Amino acid sequence: MPKLTDKTNFNMSLTNTINRSAITLLLLFLSLFVSLPSNGQDKPAAGAAGADPEKVAEGAKLFEANCKVCHAIDKVVVGPALRDVEKRKPIGWIVNFVHNSSKVIASGDPYAVELFNKFGKAEMKSFPELSDDQIKNIVEYIKSAPKVEDVKIPTGKDGEQTEAQSDEGGYSGIILILIIIVLVLVLVMLVVFLSVLKRYLKDKEEKLAEADQEIVNQKFDVLKVIKSKGFLSIVGIIFVALALRACWNNMLYVGVDQGYAPIQPIPFSHKLHAGQYKIDCNYCHTGVTKGKQANIPSLNICMNCHTHIKSGPRFGQDGIAKVVDAYNSNKPVKWVRVHNLPDLAYFNHAQHVQVGGIECKTCHGQIDTMEVVRQHSPLTMGWCINCHRETAVNGKDNAYYDKLLELHSKKGPLKVAENGGLECSKCHY
Amino acid sequence: MKDNNKKYWKGIEELSNDPEFLKHAHNEFPEFLSVKEKGSNDASDAPDRRDFLKLLGFSVAAVSLAACEAPVKKVIPYVNKPDDVDPGIANWYASTYQEGGEYCSILVKTREGRPIKIEGNKLSPITMGGTSARVQASVLSLYDTERLEFFVEEGKAVKVKSVAEYASLDKKIIDKLTAAQASGKSIRIVSQSILSPTTKKAIEEFKAKYPATEHVVYDVLSADGILKANELSFGQRVIPSYNFSAADVIVSFGADFLGTWISPIEYAKQYSKTRKLSANKKTMSKHYQIESNLSLTGCNADTRLPIKPSEEGLYVAALYNALFGGLNVKTPSHEVIKKAATDLSQAKGKSLVVSGSNDPYVQLLVNKINSELGNYGKTIDLSTPSYQKQGSDEAILKFINEAKSGQVGAVIFYGANPVYDHPKGTELKDALKKISLKISFSDRMDETSSEVDYVCPDLHFLESWNDAEPKKGFFSLTQPTITPIFKGNRAAQESLLIWSGNNTDYYTYLVNNWKARLTGGNFQELWDKTLHGGVFQTQSSDAGESGSVANINLSEVEENISRNYKSTSGIELSLYYKVGLGSGSLSAGNNPWLHELPDPVSKATWDNYLAIPKKMANEMDISQGDVVALTVDGKNTGIEVPVLIQPGQANNTASLALGYGRTKAGKCGNEVGKNAYPLIKVKGNRLDLNAGVVTFAKTGEENKIAQTQTHHTVMARPIIQDASLAEYQKDAGAGRYKPMIHTNLYGEKKPTEVTVWYEHEKPNHLWGMSIDLNSCIGCGACVVACQSENNVPVVGKKEVLNRREMHWIRIDRYYSSDAETDITGEYFESESGVKDLEIAAENPTVTFQPMLCQQCNHAPCESVCPVAATTHSSEGLNQMTYNRCIGTRYCANNCPYKVRRFNWFKYFENEEFDKNVSMNNFLGRMVLNPDVTVRSRGVMEKCSFCVQRIQEGKLKAKMEKRRPVDGEIVTACASACPTDAIIFGDRNDTDSRLHKDNAVENAERSYAVLEELNVQPNILYLTKIRNS
Repeated sequence: MPKLTDKTNFNMSLTNTINRSAITLLLLFLSLFVSLPSNGQDKPAAGAAGADPEKVAEGAKLFEANCKVCHAIDKVVVGPALRDVEKRKPIGWIVNFVHNSSKVIASGDPYAVELFNKFGKAEMKSFPELSDDQIKNIVEYIKSAPKVEDVKIPTGKDGEQTEAQSDEGGYSGIILILIIIVLVLVLVMLVVFLSVLKRYLKDKEEKLAEADQEIVNQKFDVLKVIKSKGFLSIVGIIFVALALRACWNNMLYVGVDQGYAPIQPIPFSHKLHAGQYKIDCNYCHTGVTKGKQANIPSLNICMNCHTHIKSGPRFGQDGIAKVVDAYNSNKPVKWVRVHNLPDLAYFNHAQHVQVGGIECKTCHGQIDTMEVVRQHSPLTMGWCINCHRETAVNGKDNAYYDKLLELHSKKGPLKVAENGGLECSKCHY
Repeated sequence: MKDNNKKYWKGIEELSNDPEFLKHAHNEFPEFLSVKEKGSNDASDAPDRRDFLKLLGFSVAAVSLAACEAPVKKVIPYVNKPDDVDPGIANWYASTYQEGGEYCSILVKTREGRPIKIEGNKLSPITMGGTSARVQASVLSLYDTERLEFFVEEGKAVKVKSVAEYASLDKKIIDKLTAAQASGKSIRIVSQSILSPTTKKAIEEFKAKYPATEHVVYDVLSADGILKANELSFGQRVIPSYNFSAADVIVSFGADFLGTWISPIEYAKQYSKTRKLSANKKTMSKHYQIESNLSLTGCNADTRLPIKPSEEGLYVAALYNALFGGLNVKTPSHEVIKKAATDLSQAKGKSLVVSGSNDPYVQLLVNKINSELGNYGKTIDLSTPSYQKQGSDEAILKFINEAKSGQVGAVIFYGANPVYDHPKGTELKDALKKISLKISFSDRMDETSSEVDYVCPDLHFLESWNDAEPKKGFFSLTQPTITPIFKGNRAAQESLLIWSGNNTDYYTYLVNNWKARLTGGNFQELWDKTLHGGVFQTQSSDAGESGSVANINLSEVEENISRNYKSTSGIELSLYYKVGLGSGSLSAGNNPWLHELPDPVSKATWDNYLAIPKKMANEMDISQGDVVALTVDGKNTGIEVPVLIQPGQANNTASLALGYGRTKAGKCGNEVGKNAYPLIKVKGNRLDLNAGVVTFAKTGEENKIAQTQTHHTVMARPIIQDASLAEYQKDAGAGRYKPMIHTNLYGEKKPTEVTVWYEHEKPNHLWGMSIDLNSCIGCGACVVACQSENNVPVVGKKEVLNRREMHWIRIDRYYSSDAETDITGEYFESESGVKDLEIAAENPTVTFQPMLCQQCNHAPCESVCPVAATTHSSEGLNQMTYNRCIGTRYCANNCPYKVRRFNWFKYFENEEFDKNVSMNNFLGRMVLNPDVTVRSRGVMEKCSFCVQRIQEGKLKAKMEKRRPVDGEIVTACASACPTDAIIFGDRNDTDSRLHKDNAVENAERSYAVLEELNVQPNILYLTKIRNS
């Protein structure tokens, strides 16, 4: 089953706020189908001729885990672009350099020294844990990787999100207008019918009975209707009902900070780091697969790269200088917390990310397009529970779930809710 | 009950049908809360107009606050994250608890760099994963705000930014020490038993620098008599290793070896091994206890004989005579002694006789008996002496005399508070004025350190490096689990080293000292490995020694016992130590968890009291809570304490606990109870806890004792099911009560067959517990462990009196009697019933039953909650959701086990509950478990089966793609238990110990309490079997 994209998720959350007419729902389904094809994630490229796909796959994995932070294939990031690296130097040299770059530089190897000087006299981190074969596999992967155009930096504020919203508004607006037009037409037609009928009765030769005469000649007195008790009470009741409904709706959202996007002390851009440079979420949020907290990265993680990168595209040296200053003066950065769960709720990232295989985006939205991080999901209990009802347990190849899945195999996929995912003490203790 | 006619009652009030007790008996909650909470001395307690307006104002404010936007919260990551710290993930470190000679190898759980929980270290061959209440509570002492932040010079704090700035102060001290050395006067270091060989080495270094120094070692819980006796009989002044697990017959004369005697955790572990039964092991040890006050060990004995303290020596002699004869002492004769002698003579080399007496002649006789029985080399090992008691009563008395005569030039108190805990403390206090240099390493301004010139606060053991050698050849290491909280504190050893002119820091000193010990490999690797496991052994665990024969001059023993033990006609006072508080003289004295821990036997909290038997109370017309003034040996002591009526207390004796009445312990310990240390008798050069003949008179005042038991009635239901060993050997199900339910259509049915409920499905896990009543010794380690794990508040004496204590697990203590009466509804009202029970009350057998939420599968609490705040999980847990609870308390009313606790007050950030230090000050809060909600006022709470641990364990298993392994997930109580009485596990896992215990090996003994209600608890108890 394909994963819901962010777009559809966002649409679903919109249903909370938009009038839940059947047409809107229909449209939601429509948009879901529309968005499905665009969901194609870039799959690992087909290998170049002669390359062992297994090796390439392993290389790709290793590249993601170890190299990607500083290197791209066709682009200079922190370190040089790696395209055609195998042509620049023999494989033996590459292996040595990866194992212990400082040793190669110290040995006075001219190419290594040149690289060292070119990239701000920063040594590459050594990877003694990578075996020769693994390094060769990485090279295989680099060889076979397709050439990618430079990633376009999306412009405009929060690109897709705004679009999605306006799209949605457009559809329902058109429908509303259509309905109104139809209603007005019906009304006009009724009035026309009425006057035609009246004229016909008046023009009729035969005299009507007195009572009927009265009805035909009756004048419509708007003022009288408005002043009538019945009308006033109906209007009153509708008004009170609407007011109560509005109150209720607002109360449901007390403490729900969806869309909260506070200004941070350092204008860190996820769009740049996660979007443009494609730095893996795990690289900074180290706890996300280990435990409860995903962890706001400590400054030493920032400094892994920012010892070398001293100026950024938007704020020049100012933004990064704040990081460096804080690090050098040993003063932690006081970030503003965006996602605030109440203390009474226990949430564990590892359970969802590592065990459940949920992607970060599912709850946090299109972080890689956010200049300023915004709370994407409502983080209400209803939202949690809804997901637990809809999501199947990710029990494949996990011996913990084997017996459970077997027991449940006849009843279709085992939903989180069916495995106790709605029970109080799963989150409250 | 079908098979025996024993009746149990929970306390004297129930036994005597005290009117107040009857009034409370049917009320779960004592009274409703009035709006006024404090300071309402005026007559009308009803809410007045002002209160109403206040409430109104509050509600308006609360509503408008709720509508406000959430406050901006900051999230502050590390600047430089330590590699091994991940926020939200606990780190565990092996370490060692040692205080006043007490030892426990522990694992410390730290979260974000804060120690929050202590567990036992299973790798230790001595404590084997067991803990005690005091060890569990010691983590709270780390965050005690009474701790000194800086060195104190002449009463003034020397504020520094780091210990390096003490250099000038050190210079002053060195100058003064040098002057004291030059003056020809002596220098003394006074401490309790020190287990650490490296600390001893540092002291040696100090002694080398100042040769006038002598190290005075004393023990508050003195074992001087045993040391002296062993010196006389074997030429070694040592405490041997006792092995209770190899003893088939145990005879103890007043040695509370499960509670306070020498190494209780170790002995409890060994003892429990001989008490466990299963289909494969149908024998158990036979335990005789001969003592005057009902001790924890006495409660667990198969046969207990109450005696007067003055007869102790005579009874030991009687046992000797019954065994071997020939001792010319006029001995009392008693059936129990004869039976004990018969059993002992049949278990030669497999028995153990111990005595808690501090009289070397009694101990000599005990040695003789053990020697004749061939127990040396079998159950007693002299070649592996225990170093947990090294103190000499003589040494400290000599020191006090020297101080009085002005011979002492300088004194250093190290982990010692003799002004408080020595009978001659006041004399010492005056004598201290004559000493020109007085230094204390105490962590607070206690009774001794407030009399000294320099207080150089030592680090808490959780902040320090150290080692320990509790037994010869058995080592363990202490490693810091937090950087020193106060930058102005320094390890005592480091201070000693600096003053000896050695500027190595103590860590380096320790490592250097260990380099000689860890050989045969790369030192760093060996050191890391030892540090990781926490323990290191150079001697094998088996008693390797062939039996020694005690060389004892019996005539001398004869003479001394005849002279010193003469039965008196008066009431004799014996002093004892509490299982929870211990000596109470160091940081434990200010630990609210220990003060609120109910005494295992009396169930009293927050006080000491004079325990007297019922018979005496009747004769003297004293009722419980009456305050009496004590006169000992004709001298008015000035001590006025309330009376507690204690079944099992020997007639014509009274007992009083030591360790109370601190004046300078801190907020929680000050003025709790009365100090009984001055009553310890100084007999020649030893201390005697038998304080002499006491008379007491009512002062007319009343001081209610805050007991936790008698709050909930038993109503003669078969809650405790027990049998004798002989019955059990015939029928493993002996003593079981199997109720049947009468139905109109189908006749008699088992309760489980009569149900109106649908079953809950538990396809994944079914968490359950098995509690062996035979193993549970009632020590209370689980109670404090639970308090520490689950952020359970301390409520204070007043609230315990209101029966609002919050412990999630309590240990019910039931007295029994052999009254031959049937259970009927009128039983408790009938005069004969009460009378019959009363006769047995003098020496009841006792059973402990840990009682916690039974996690019923048909839970009565769940069905009455109007807001579904308590619900059932698919893993068999009875879940309590605080944020849903509206506080109707219906659930507590409907709970047959009375294990639910209601938050009558906001216990956190509330100065009315300032003794609840873990929630009421910035430092104390660091001990809270961040995974467990701190409950607020108005919600119900109860045992959750440590659901946070279950969730954590499950997650770990899921992440490693496997099923949880049995024993991986344990509750705090089960893991703290020194006797493995509590087994926690998954009933769906047929390989689990729990399944084996309840369904295979002890299936017949397993029973659910109140089975007839068919609430189907997930906790099963194993019947209590007595070897009597």
